[in-house]
Amino acid sequence: MIGQTILLALRAIRRNVLRSSLTILGIVIGVAAVITMVTLGDGATAQVTADISRLGSNMLQVRPGQGFRGPGGTRSTADMFKVDDAEAIGREIFGMEAVAPTVSRSQQAIYGNKNWSTSVMGATNSYLKVRDWDLEIGRLFTDGELRSGGTVCIIGSTVRKELFGNQDPLGDFIRLQRLSCQVIGVLEPKGQTGFGQDQDDLVMIPLRTLQRRIAGSTDVDAIYVSARDGISTTAVKEDIERLMRERRRIAPGKDDDFHVRDMQEIVSTLTSTTRVLTGLLGAVAAVSLLVGGIGIMNIMLVSVTERTREIGTRLAIGALEREVLMQFLTEAVVLSSFGGLFGIILGLLAAAGGAHLLGMPFVLNPEIAVIAVVFSAAVGVIFGYFPARKAARLDPIEALRHE
Amino acid sequence: MNTVSGDRHLIELLGITRVYGRGAYAVHALRGIDLHIDKGEFMAVMGPSGSGKSTCMNILGCLDTPSSGTYRFTGIEVEALSRDQRALLRRNYLGFVFQGFNLLNRTSALENVELPLIYRGASARERHRRAREALEAVGLAGWESHTPSELSGGQQQRVAIARAMVINPEVLMADEPTGNLDSTISREIMELLCALNKGRGITIVMVTHDPSMAGYAQRTIRFLDGLIDTEERNGGKRP
Repeated sequence: MIGQTILLALRAIRRNVLRSSLTILGIVIGVAAVITMVTLGDGATAQVTADISRLGSNMLQVRPGQGFRGPGGTRSTADMFKVDDAEAIGREIFGMEAVAPTVSRSQQAIYGNKNWSTSVMGATNSYLKVRDWDLEIGRLFTDGELRSGGTVCIIGSTVRKELFGNQDPLGDFIRLQRLSCQVIGVLEPKGQTGFGQDQDDLVMIPLRTLQRRIAGSTDVDAIYVSARDGISTTAVKEDIERLMRERRRIAPGKDDDFHVRDMQEIVSTLTSTTRVLTGLLGAVAAVSLLVGGIGIMNIMLVSVTERTREIGTRLAIGALEREVLMQFLTEAVVLSSFGGLFGIILGLLAAAGGAHLLGMPFVLNPEIAVIAVVFSAAVGVIFGYFPARKAARLDPIEALRHE
Repeated sequence: MNTVSGDRHLIELLGITRVYGRGAYAVHALRGIDLHIDKGEFMAVMGPSGSGKSTCMNILGCLDTPSSGTYRFTGIEVEALSRDQRALLRRNYLGFVFQGFNLLNRTSALENVELPLIYRGASARERHRRAREALEAVGLAGWESHTPSELSGGQQQRVAIARAMVINPEVLMADEPTGNLDSTISREIMELLCALNKGRGITIVMVTHDPSMAGYAQRTIRFLDGLIDTEERNGGKRP
């Protein structure tokens, strides 16, 4: 029964190859769009995840204010940290690799006639340790420079390029506001963050220098912390939270006025963003699949009308109602499944090309391919049923008389 | 009134009526037909348009059911059967030949002839063998892979006849089989039908407008206004 139905359907499809291929075009495009969008989306997610883990997966940030609200947030209402807080973390929390108090300010960096707007960070050598960041050339801050607030700086590769071009920056002086400081080192390029921020657009000066000469306060914006290998960042996060509540005298039951975030949190925030985007793109693509299904229904209805005499003949020579129904339904499903299959091939090719062009990893998701085939077959069943039923319910006498 | 017991006849119509529509708009296509056809007969059906001969053919071919009356086909009361049961009856016992051939286009002669065998669930090998034999029997050996558009009208009708006889039907229903063909080809087709009737004992019921075609049959019935008007036996023109 099934074999004979498929045979009948395949013979009918073969009789009109051109129309059959045009019929499935809608499905091909729909499935290809879904596959391309989802595969590229998965690639973007994979890339973001990889980028962030490159930041150091054992890194935590402690900031005043409540939660991760992007730039701004509510930090103004909360007390800032002091260097003491960072020292307390390093002293009292178990498993610390490095603790780095930092202050950041936006500043113009001037060298000769060149002017570059950048982020000036006051930090210690620990910051580079937390970030697992090496120097390309030059040296780190000396203890003396850190203690006395020396006028020296380490610059990121973007700042070097913008201010110095191909020139050797070591030993030259750049100006930050009224502060003139000597370049002692250049950081290795680190590229963009998952947020699209250029990490190399940075001038690092000793923490004390920034506090005294630029900020004019002893506040600390953020404390970067890295845990030793094998130490759970979740446990460290809890420990730091407890310590900070104690030091900031937050009564039990009151909300924290600071926030510790680990990379897991940032990863999940970012991947959920890209996932929502992938979902949206996929949904748009699914609409084109729906349009493809309507195309199949349209052609099948035309086909039933055009083949009325044929259906009459089939009924006259003894085809049962359900056999005619099954034949037309199978035709629709075979067509849409073929469409799905071609769509997957086309979609994967497009995704591979797109990933190559955008420099993203190509992530093959077999699940979505299976879903696409099942979905397109389902489109065939849903949109093929109505025309098939129309064919099966024809009166053989009327159908045979049809011109 | 027919006094012979039912199972002696292959086909038996008793008081068949067929009414289309209802009330004031009712059209009485058949007003009470009594008819029996024996196994191996070749019967021609004639009559003007609207006389009821097509309606009668549809009922005989189990495509339609009578409004009242009894139709026994090999003893089975057809009017009591469901649509699917009548389809199975057609599949196993009836062959159809139409004026317009009704072959599947873009489909080879062999696959056209195979079609009823597919519905009967025959294996691919049996289908090929029987379809080839049928095409050979209608004189189309060597034309198996040709599609209808590559065949002449007469050849197409031969393919249609092969398709009707490939299941070895009890009855072959032919609805103006020569209506679209010229007289020379028509005679060839009629001779083919006669050969099938004689050689294989297939009962043939044929509608025709052409008295010279009806002359090939052993019996001719004429319809008029929903009733059988005349019935005559002849064997004169048979070769």
